[in-house]
Amino acid sequence: MALLEVENLQTHFRTPGGINRAVDGVSFHVNEGETLAIVGESGCGKSVTSMSLMRLVPEPPGRIAGSIRFAGKDLLKLSDREMRAIRGNDISMIFQEPMTSLNPVLTVGRQIRETLMIHQGLDKQAAEAHAIEMLTLVGIPEPKRRVREYPHQLSGGMRQRVMIAVALACNPKLLIADEPTTALDVTIQAQILKLMLDLKRRVGAAIILITHDLGVVAEIAERVMVMYAGRKVEEAPVAELFRSPRHPYTQGLLGAVPKLGSSLAGTATRLAEIPGQVPDLRKPITGCVFAGRCALATDLCRQYAPGLEEKGPRHIAACHYAAKGAIAA
Amino acid sequence: MSPPLLQVNDLKKHFPINKGLFGRQTEFVYAVDGVSFEIARGETLSLVGESGCGKSTVGRAILRLFDITSGQVILDGQRIDDAHPSTMRQMRRRVQVVFQDPFSSLNPRMRVRDILAEPIRNFGLAKSKEDLEVRVTELMDTVRLPREALNRRPHEFSGGQRQRIGIARALAAEPELIVCDEAVSALDVSVKAQVVNLLQDLQQKFGLALLFISHDLAIVEHMTHRVAVMYLGKIVEVAPRREIFAAPRHPYTKALLSAVPLPEPGAQRNPIILGGDVPSPINPPKGCRFHTRCPFVFDRCRTEEPTLRAVGDEQWVACHLDALPVS
Repeated sequence: MALLEVENLQTHFRTPGGINRAVDGVSFHVNEGETLAIVGESGCGKSVTSMSLMRLVPEPPGRIAGSIRFAGKDLLKLSDREMRAIRGNDISMIFQEPMTSLNPVLTVGRQIRETLMIHQGLDKQAAEAHAIEMLTLVGIPEPKRRVREYPHQLSGGMRQRVMIAVALACNPKLLIADEPTTALDVTIQAQILKLMLDLKRRVGAAIILITHDLGVVAEIAERVMVMYAGRKVEEAPVAELFRSPRHPYTQGLLGAVPKLGSSLAGTATRLAEIPGQVPDLRKPITGCVFAGRCALATDLCRQYAPGLEEKGPRHIAACHYAAKGAIAA
Repeated sequence: MSPPLLQVNDLKKHFPINKGLFGRQTEFVYAVDGVSFEIARGETLSLVGESGCGKSTVGRAILRLFDITSGQVILDGQRIDDAHPSTMRQMRRRVQVVFQDPFSSLNPRMRVRDILAEPIRNFGLAKSKEDLEVRVTELMDTVRLPREALNRRPHEFSGGQRQRIGIARALAAEPELIVCDEAVSALDVSVKAQVVNLLQDLQQKFGLALLFISHDLAIVEHMTHRVAVMYLGKIVEVAPRREIFAAPRHPYTKALLSAVPLPEPGAQRNPIILGGDVPSPINPPKGCRFHTRCPFVFDRCRTEEPTLRAVGDEQWVACHLDALPVS
């Protein structure tokens, strides 16, 4: 059995302009120790999906439906108290903004200690010792001094390391990383990605990586799920997805990213554009969500939403025209 | 050879910060500390580097959004860093800007029509009301926005469309140089491709020179003719695109390039992972500014500051390593 099984997740928000179907019927699973990347552009529902897993969506105006089974328990049926025992302990999260996700008036040490004292019942001394250990683990120099410092005394990369230390302090089974390196510079991003890979090997946690950066996905994910307008449109093992994307949106996304070294290989061409823009999720969409921007779209697409079909080994896509087994153009 | 369109000589910009009671002790942020380069007509020069390296400050200094500490900015043979406001006004028409954030760089109270008409009126480019209308609608066609959108306000547009409005506004003044300060960084992948393609088309059509300030090296490689790499207020390497991406010479350039994750699963790469963080520009390291993180550091780097020297055709590097490792 998978560690996490999400079925028909629907997270809707009531807004003045109508119901926003931010996540609309998404199902996926994560195995133990596996890294799943959720990819998509702003507004595709990838962050709302992760917030829903942690039940951090404010209700109302939000409403979560479907089922989220984690280690056999349906998280949506738990009481708030039971959910609190899971957050930060079995499932923890790293956010994009290391500047705003740490408490500015508490020392770094206290923020790591807090989860240890609440979830593991450690006393202050033991928690302090463990906090220093965690800071060493995430590669912060002089951990004994840093543990008494406040977030503003640290650089962006250091703060993200502290976030990772907080997230991993209780040895979670699942780590949700929402754009963990987006706010960082490339040389710091390289440090953090290497750290995450090292820690994954040592701690063995499963990771859900949420990102829009296909380079980061290629680097650390094993399986990839592509989202568009609140739906899952494609899912495949990482090598398979990059080699033969089946959904026209995934193909467009991969074609729109310039590759470093392309000018030397003589492959520098005009970037592929996906015309138009993401549909308004407050209006009901009949047919395929991507039909309005898709070059292959026909009346069939505009009338009937395609279901997820198997297009290859462990490879599914929601498209009427992505031929089974065919190599995509 | 005709003179370059823009020449920047030993540009310095130090921002004072006041410490202590009544601001008596003054320290400086050495944001840009001696930067020189040229841009030819119709050329794209990219300024790359990490946050805090001073690349945006260089862009703003060229636009003269503030006065510089020392150095010269020369546009088409004429100094603009100390130009009188009346001459500066005409110079401003020739250098325009596109900012990063399309949400805060357009006035939310103005209609698109007025946003585009303002520079045309300011610089007296339209002969009549009809001419103004023609120009404004042409601009919309140029940036591929529907003409009916002229009567709408910025909040009615998506990020990509707003960035097109920003580009149209820059073009309205018929500039020769556009400073693109992280102009595509805030956009989503598919929309970014649309705007990058648009910028390339416009450059060809109008013979524009671009100063493309960005931290996204893959986009830079796609767009640029030449690249200047900055670190802590200094240029560490300048070279044409081919040399920078095929044979970077400065250790920082190499580390920067190797740190970019490639969208190819299983790609063989050995990133040079730099230790530590960028030092503070308030108190930059003595000697070579990169010496605290450089894998090849030796004694001379800690005391003596390297200057840019030619290492090949149009390739300049500021590094003491004599036998610069060739990749």
